Amino acid sequence: MDLKTYFLYLAVMSGVTYLLRAIPFILLKGEITSPFWKSFLAYIPYTVLSAMTVPAIFYATDNIISGVLALVTAVIASLLGRGLVVVAAIACITVLAADSAMLVM
Amino acid sequence: MTFSDGVKGGLPIGLGYFAVSFSFGIAGSKLLSWPLVTFISMTNLTSAGQFAGLQIMADAAGTFIEMAIATFFINLRYSLMAISLSQKVAPNFGTFKRLLLATGITDEIYAVAMGQKSKVNALYFLGLMVLPYIGWSSGTLCGGVCGEILPPMVTNALGVALYGMFVAIVVPPMKHSRPTFIAVAIAIALSLMFKYVPALSGVSVGFAIIICAVLASLVCAFLFPVHDKHVATKPEAS
Repeated sequence: MDLKTYFLYLAVMSGVTYLLRAIPFILLKGEITSPFWKSFLAYIPYTVLSAMTVPAIFYATDNIISGVLALVTAVIASLLGRGLVVVAAIACITVLAADSAMLVM
Repeated sequence: MTFSDGVKGGLPIGLGYFAVSFSFGIAGSKLLSWPLVTFISMTNLTSAGQFAGLQIMADAAGTFIEMAIATFFINLRYSLMAISLSQKVAPNFGTFKRLLLATGITDEIYAVAMGQKSKVNALYFLGLMVLPYIGWSSGTLCGGVCGEILPPMVTNALGVALYGMFVAIVVPPMKHSRPTFIAVAIAIALSLMFKYVPALSGVSVGFAIIICAVLASLVCAFLFPVHDKHVATKPEAS
C-alpha cells in the first residue's frame, strides 16, 4: 500500500471515530431510551469481535491446523475463567507448539 | 477530584491497553512499517475499530466507503457513551475541553468515569486518559518493532494474540447470557458463510464484518432487548 492510500484510510478511520465521540459529547442531548437501539449497541462489540475472529484466525498462521488449535485452546482457557493476557498467551503458545511439531514431523 | 486522581485511576487501564495494542502492533507489522502502525493507534484509540480498519487496508478490494461504514458501526457505541458522559461532567467542562478530550471516550475510561460519585471535571478526565493513551501508543510501537525484528515463526505465534484476547472478551458473557451466546453464534455462522459460500465470498472483508455484526445484533435486539441502565460499558479492550 502506498503512503497516500494509507493516509486517506487513516483520515477516514480516525475522522469517523472522532466525530462519533465528539458530536454527542458536545450536543448534550438526553440518553437514548429505546430498549431496541440500546440492545443493538450492546450486542455490537460481541458480534463484531466474533465475526472478525472466525474464520480469520484459521488463516492468521502459516498453517490452518495451528490456527484452529489456537481458537480451541483460547475458548477452553476463557471457559475456565482465565483473563485477557493469559488467554492470548495460551493461543500464542499453541501456535508455537503446533508449528514446531509440524516442523519435526 | 484532581489530575493525579485521574492518573491513578488510569494506571490499570494503561497496563491492559499496552498488552492489547502490542498484539495490534504485531498484527499491523505484517502490512505496515512500525511508525505507520503506531500512528493508527495514536489517532484512533479503539481496538476493534482499528483492527477492522487494518483488515480493510490489507484487503485489495477494500474501499474508503467501506472503511467509513465499518468504523461507524463498530464505534457507534462511543456515541452512546459520549451522550451519557455528557450528563456526568462538571458544568465547567466546556465545549472546547470536550472537543479536546473526546478521544478519551473508550469502554474502560468511560466505565471508570461513570463509576465516580461526583461530577467529572476536565482535569480528572485528562488524567484518566493519559496513561491509557501512552499505554495504547507505546504498546503498538513495541509490537510493531518486534514484528519487524522477530523471526516469522515467533511473529506467527504472536499474531494470534489479538484473536486470543477477542475470545477472552466474547466467551465469558456467552457463558452467562444466552442472548449474547445466540448473537455471537449468528455472527459466526454468517461470517463462515461469507468465507465459504461461493456466491458470498466475493464480498469484501469489511462489508462482511459489518453485515454479520449488524444483522446478528438487530435480530437479538429484536428477540432479546437488554434492560440495563447503561449499556455497552465494559466489553472490548478499548
